[in-house]
Amino acid sequence: MSQMNRIAGGQIDRGQTLRFSFDGQAFTGHAGDTLASALLANGVRLMGRSFKYHRPRGPLSAGSEEPNALVELRSGARREPNTRATVTELFAGLEATSQNRWPSLKFDALAINDRLSPFFAAGFYYKTFMWPAAFWEKLYEPLIRRAAGLGTLSREPDPDAYDKGFLHCDLLIIGAGPAGLAAALTAGRAGARVIIADEDFRMGGRLNAETFGINDAPAADWAAQTVADLAQMPNVRLLPRTTIIGAFDHGIYAAVERVSDHLAITPAGKPRQILWRLYARRAILCAGATERPIAFENNDRPGILLAGSLRAYANRWAVAVGTPTAIFTNNDDGLRTARDLIAKGVAVSAVIDTRAGGPKLPGTDHIQGAEVIDTAGRLGLTQITIRDAQGRTRTIPAQALGVSGGWNPNLNISSHHRGRPVWNDALAAFTPGPGGPQGLTAAGAAAGAFSTHAALATGAAEALAALADLGISAAQLDLPKAEDTPTAITPHWYVAAGKGRAWIDQQNDVTVKDVKLAHQENFRSVEHLKRYTTLGMATDQGKTGNMLGLAVMAELTGKTIPETGTTIYRPPYTPVAMGVLAGRSQGADFRPRRLTPSHRWAAEQGAVFVEVGMWLRAQWLPRAGETHWRQSVDREVLVTRNSAGICDVTTLGKIDIQGTDAGLFLDRVYANTFSTLAVGKVRYGLMLREDGMVMDDGTTARLGPNEYVMTTTTANAVPVFRHLEYCRQCLWPDLDVQLISTTEAWAQFSVAGPNARKLLEKLVDQDISDAAFPYMACAEITVCGGLRARLFRISFSGELAYEIAVPTRYGDAMIRELVAAGQEFDAVVYGTEALGVMRVEKGHVAGNELNGQSAALNMGLGKMVSRKKDAIGMVLSQREGMTRDGGLRLVGVKPVDPAKSLTAGSHFLALGAPSTAAHDDGWLTSVVFSPNLGHSIALGYLKNGTARLGERLRTVNLLAGTEVEVEITSPHFIDPEGARLRA
Amino acid sequence: MIINHPLLGPRDAQEFVYFGDAALIARPDGLSEGAEATFHDYLYLRDNPAGDHRELWYHEQGDRSWLVVTRNTLTHDITAVELARDVARHMGRGR
Repeated sequence: MSQMNRIAGGQIDRGQTLRFSFDGQAFTGHAGDTLASALLANGVRLMGRSFKYHRPRGPLSAGSEEPNALVELRSGARREPNTRATVTELFAGLEATSQNRWPSLKFDALAINDRLSPFFAAGFYYKTFMWPAAFWEKLYEPLIRRAAGLGTLSREPDPDAYDKGFLHCDLLIIGAGPAGLAAALTAGRAGARVIIADEDFRMGGRLNAETFGINDAPAADWAAQTVADLAQMPNVRLLPRTTIIGAFDHGIYAAVERVSDHLAITPAGKPRQILWRLYARRAILCAGATERPIAFENNDRPGILLAGSLRAYANRWAVAVGTPTAIFTNNDDGLRTARDLIAKGVAVSAVIDTRAGGPKLPGTDHIQGAEVIDTAGRLGLTQITIRDAQGRTRTIPAQALGVSGGWNPNLNISSHHRGRPVWNDALAAFTPGPGGPQGLTAAGAAAGAFSTHAALATGAAEALAALADLGISAAQLDLPKAEDTPTAITPHWYVAAGKGRAWIDQQNDVTVKDVKLAHQENFRSVEHLKRYTTLGMATDQGKTGNMLGLAVMAELTGKTIPETGTTIYRPPYTPVAMGVLAGRSQGADFRPRRLTPSHRWAAEQGAVFVEVGMWLRAQWLPRAGETHWRQSVDREVLVTRNSAGICDVTTLGKIDIQGTDAGLFLDRVYANTFSTLAVGKVRYGLMLREDGMVMDDGTTARLGPNEYVMTTTTANAVPVFRHLEYCRQCLWPDLDVQLISTTEAWAQFSVAGPNARKLLEKLVDQDISDAAFPYMACAEITVCGGLRARLFRISFSGELAYEIAVPTRYGDAMIRELVAAGQEFDAVVYGTEALGVMRVEKGHVAGNELNGQSAALNMGLGKMVSRKKDAIGMVLSQREGMTRDGGLRLVGVKPVDPAKSLTAGSHFLALGAPSTAAHDDGWLTSVVFSPNLGHSIALGYLKNGTARLGERLRTVNLLAGTEVEVEITSPHFIDPEGARLRA
Repeated sequence: MIINHPLLGPRDAQEFVYFGDAALIARPDGLSEGAEATFHDYLYLRDNPAGDHRELWYHEQGDRSWLVVTRNTLTHDITAVELARDVARHMGRGR
């Protein structure tokens, strides 16, 4: 029979019947249902298996605190493991599958773990998998990994989009129950900018789950009307289906809005979810309270729910979970559940009340001073065993059991910033304490104000106080009439009877016995208890179980609960999908992509691109017939060295430095001297960190008496600029020097090779003969009949070379002009690989050598560090440890057998030495194949390297399994005298 | 976190880059006697207070100001934000 447990009433739309499936079986529910309420309406109580023992489980709750009813939702790429059925809004076509069971939910082979439970008690991992050590990697870990986890991922890319957004408000209200709605009304009417967020799809909180009235109308109607009123206020933003997951510094809150989770397919153009960063001047936590269970033997069977949840299923979703139902309570709220169910015509077989005395509830068997001591029913509850005040036991039939151990305020977010909850004896619960996020207060049940009247009153009062703080005047809310029942509870945490297991943390299968074991083995502090037993470490963060575990430990240690400890919480409040944290920052959009001015031209040539930081640079440009990258790179290198090559070097950082103190400034940030550089000249500069290591290198040109242009490596363009600003503002604030980054302003190309001058002469309007424009000259020139440009005669390749810069918008035109001008020389355009080959051939250091651990001396550039002036890093570069003889020095390396290729990262070892760290003599930093020499060459750091030229060593890479005998050479493989540069 | 920039008003901390102790402003003279020991202390010996800490932040995604932010390391309360240039001058730094 369809929906056989559906009763009258509720806030579901019976006009809309929705078809869905669970484990392949078809069911129907209604709009307004959750997956859990729809399954319960259909008589399905068994929804999952527990983590460790694979115990059959059904929903414990009707909300986000749910530990048990976790399912896999949807299928294919949209499959979503560990989704709580209790908060999954039902939609037509919903597909859900149970998880952590095999072969089926009703028969699960790993339920054998339940029989073996004595071996799996707390501390099991620590004790069992200790020895022998060799078993860990081969046996234990694979075994544990296979058994661990609940649901499984689809392993396919998520097809949906996720977004991030920013919101600002005067007052953020977390939760839209009676307290939140009263606060929103107060602040909304005062004209404050209000955001009210609620994790539920229907705002109103407990008002939707109760039968009492507000102002003589049903409470749910008052909530709906209030939400409608708030929606009319332009200064109020309602965020249903939105969870505030955490409080961060200075009034920043993170929220996840589930925009499309309640739809079968995310509509085109809409995100699935949004991560909001909320800037709130004040916030009120109105997150309500969560009921906690009482631990007793076999208290985890499907059909055993929290009493308030049972009531919510009946009142909001018109579902009687089981008939007959029994109630087990230590407080008056449990009696309210019994009353509501009886009023709805649900048979209540008994109310087992741990408290003796007091008026008896009519209409049922109200057994006072009694306890539930056991339950029965393999895949779902069938009966309970009770022990009455006289110690007599008997069984009572029950298809459902509502358990109420009292309510815990949802103070989670108030504990995020060292907020320490305080114990309240009257409520037998922790309430928000001092500290916690600045500007956050709590109201309603979250603050321990449990009655509806108290919630409305505290919500309105906290809003008034927050607004007064902000200087916004507001009118007192005319409070609607509501119930004001006092909390009546006699704490009763667990039932001490029998030898069976009484569950505390149902998701992680932590029992009262486990807590006792932790106590016995002296893991008594809350922190140890948690880690030893895994209490509260599951996806529900112990929302229902933590308090219970703490209370059991308190009883065992003979201390009070506040003496034993408190439970505080970390963000996120509920589990968050990784996708929404990534937002749009994934795949090609992971970060911005910077394109060089010649990118379009290079793409037209079929260039292969490589990511260099955010830049996309041409790595090599294959020509027809080239099938291997080495063919392209070798050609680019050989043509450049024999004729001419062109390369886009725009990505190098460019910083304009101007002012009357520009030269002095450069003397202080570079290890070598720049104030003496003549106008119209370029010099290589070495920049140190204050600890004496090399930070960066590059060339700096003096364009005028007070104007320099610095270049940095591509990788360090941003950090160097930051460093220069630091020096300018923090160290020497009165120097007359101004900086501006011009990396993006100029398209810059290297033109290298014996024909470089002839090529450029076709484009440059001025005389650039060697006499007019010698090596290391620079000038502001024009090209192509008047376009302003900058020309530098500098060389990274070791050839006669120039760098020419034009305003970026002419970059595309410039590369085309250069290529056209180069045709008569058969010039090539080369990419970063050829660039790297040529710089290694020439012995120039680059990123691999500028590794943050190397000083100028290591690079063979020790003489560049001037000791006549105080520059950054000068003093500490002279430390004994950095200048000692025998330290690492840059060397060139070639294989003894030219046919052998080298591996970067290989370590130097003496010929006879064992391959151990103790005999390590340094390593290869950069390895290339030199088409000019016809074999592999490398640069490396070798101990006492300069004194070992000609020596033979082994280069060993134990990871790659390679070993090559090499000869140490000068790092300058090509043209060591530099004749080509000056040609 | 939100940093109340003295020129631009409240800005999200994401716009900034953190550098370290503002004591770094007091860079010693590298040409003075015993500079190596002074620089060692300057660079490597820092206080690690549980409480107010003056530290350097750089508004990289903004106006490139270096700021001295007084932040409580226990609570993240920010009680003062100054331009580093002003602080440096106040400490006697000039050219």
